[in-house]
Amino acid sequence: MNIEEMTSMERVLATLCHEEPDRVPFFLLLTTQGADVFNVSIKEYFSKPEMVAEAQIKMQQKYGHDCYYPFYYASLELEAWGSESVFYPDAPPNAGRPVIKEFEDILSLETPDVFESPGLQKVLKTTEIMKKHSGEDIPIISVVMSPFSLASMQMGFENYLDLIYDDLDRFKELMRINESFCVQWANAQIEAGATAICYFDPVSSSTIIPPELYRKTGFRVAKRTISNINGPTATHMASGRCLPIVDDIAETGTAVICTSVLEDLSEIKTACKGKLSVLGNLNGIEMRHWSPQQTEDKVKEAISKAAEGGGYILSDNHGEIPYTVPQEVLTDISRSVKKWGQYQG
Amino acid sequence: MEFEDTLLSLNRVAAKNIISSEFTGDNAFEVINEIISPTLERIGELWAHGEIALSQEYMASRICEELVETILPADAPSRKNMPVIGITTLRDEHMLGKRILSSFLKANGFNLFDYGDMGPESIVQKVKDDGIEVLMVSTLMLNLAHEVKKLRSSFDNEKIDTKIIVGGAPFLFDRNLWKEVGADSMAVDATESVEKIHEVLGDAR
Repeated sequence: MNIEEMTSMERVLATLCHEEPDRVPFFLLLTTQGADVFNVSIKEYFSKPEMVAEAQIKMQQKYGHDCYYPFYYASLELEAWGSESVFYPDAPPNAGRPVIKEFEDILSLETPDVFESPGLQKVLKTTEIMKKHSGEDIPIISVVMSPFSLASMQMGFENYLDLIYDDLDRFKELMRINESFCVQWANAQIEAGATAICYFDPVSSSTIIPPELYRKTGFRVAKRTISNINGPTATHMASGRCLPIVDDIAETGTAVICTSVLEDLSEIKTACKGKLSVLGNLNGIEMRHWSPQQTEDKVKEAISKAAEGGGYILSDNHGEIPYTVPQEVLTDISRSVKKWGQYQG
Repeated sequence: MEFEDTLLSLNRVAAKNIISSEFTGDNAFEVINEIISPTLERIGELWAHGEIALSQEYMASRICEELVETILPADAPSRKNMPVIGITTLRDEHMLGKRILSSFLKANGFNLFDYGDMGPESIVQKVKDDGIEVLMVSTLMLNLAHEVKKLRSSFDNEKIDTKIIVGGAPFLFDRNLWKEVGADSMAVDATESVEKIHEVLGDAR
């Protein structure tokens, strides 16, 4: 095979096998930006699955990155549990009031059926359209909130930490319910055409809970859940640190870890060697103000730290590029990866 | 270090015993200033350097808040000299940062008005009514961090000289964002907030 003619899928698979493809693959994890493609509000955009699919296809064609990203927004999963999303003109929607107000509410909580949630059905529809369009050429990276992290949105962060520390029985019950939902949601997306599932698990990051608590909680949940997902997974800490728990994360059965800009990419790459591929870790917040030269320097630095030997995909560190990042910066990222990310095959 | 260890290991009983053994009935601020505050400061620094997790800082602040309430009730006369502080998330439903900061400030003996997730429009009158000297704003969402601009504009229009200190993830990931939104200062964590409060007020209370 001529490695200069690799498809995105071939490029990504090669790097996940810890081999050097033709160039460093990169994921621009764009969500709300699709609204601008059609000049509609973010709320209207996410109401139309066909529009989301078409925008993802157009944005991939424009920037040339190596995936489609049918992820809508984090609080969409909460809608299946009876919560509402709050929309903004210039940002992803946010979860409304928690659905679990008291610990006792967990006892009467029931797992919603993915196929009865209108919001989740839209994502499946988007995924199907993308799959029809891409065939096997472009990976479709779908998203689930981990059962462990979903709970922080179901009940609010501080109440959830109180639950983890103070009420182990109800915590376990909530995880049982959430795991069942997460597995059904992940497998429905794979069935619809997703290539891999990005398992968002920020509460497990060492930024949020200590490693010893992770090993008793988020780790066990991830290990059980990932083993029941019928496809490859990438674990995403959404800007949180992961270095102290890299070995544990590898043991959950995931193939990729996304690290924080707060961690050194070289250190993460070394820690992951032979166990995990690395995704990351450009600073999406700072990116709003990057000049062309800064963008090129940041991309070059990331590549120099992590690309050798494959096992690396360049992306932002949060799993979602802010709406306010200018298109010029995205174009500059793309240009810089193509300039500095060529492997000498 | 002993008190710090009890907090990080969530040993409430041992923490309470240490504070009880030092509290004589009229030295609450001495206990706060010499034991509780420096310990929370060290814990905050450990978090800022990635050496402990946010949950540990949260639990330590929560335990300290409970301890301070026992030695310095909310209506204690000795609180009168402390600056009046308000806190809000400006409509952000992510409350953990605010909760940690609230506990931390209460544990340091501050008078605190918690405005929940109140937005810029409604908070102006509250700030006037309550005589807020410094308003702490904690956000997780980038777009809501930008709401501080509206807040600043309202304060300017109403000639309110309340200082605004911001904190939270967007400000951590972009260290110039606080200037962009018109805040008076930013604090990287709860620990730094105490220093910043005194700094913006230009006092050494």
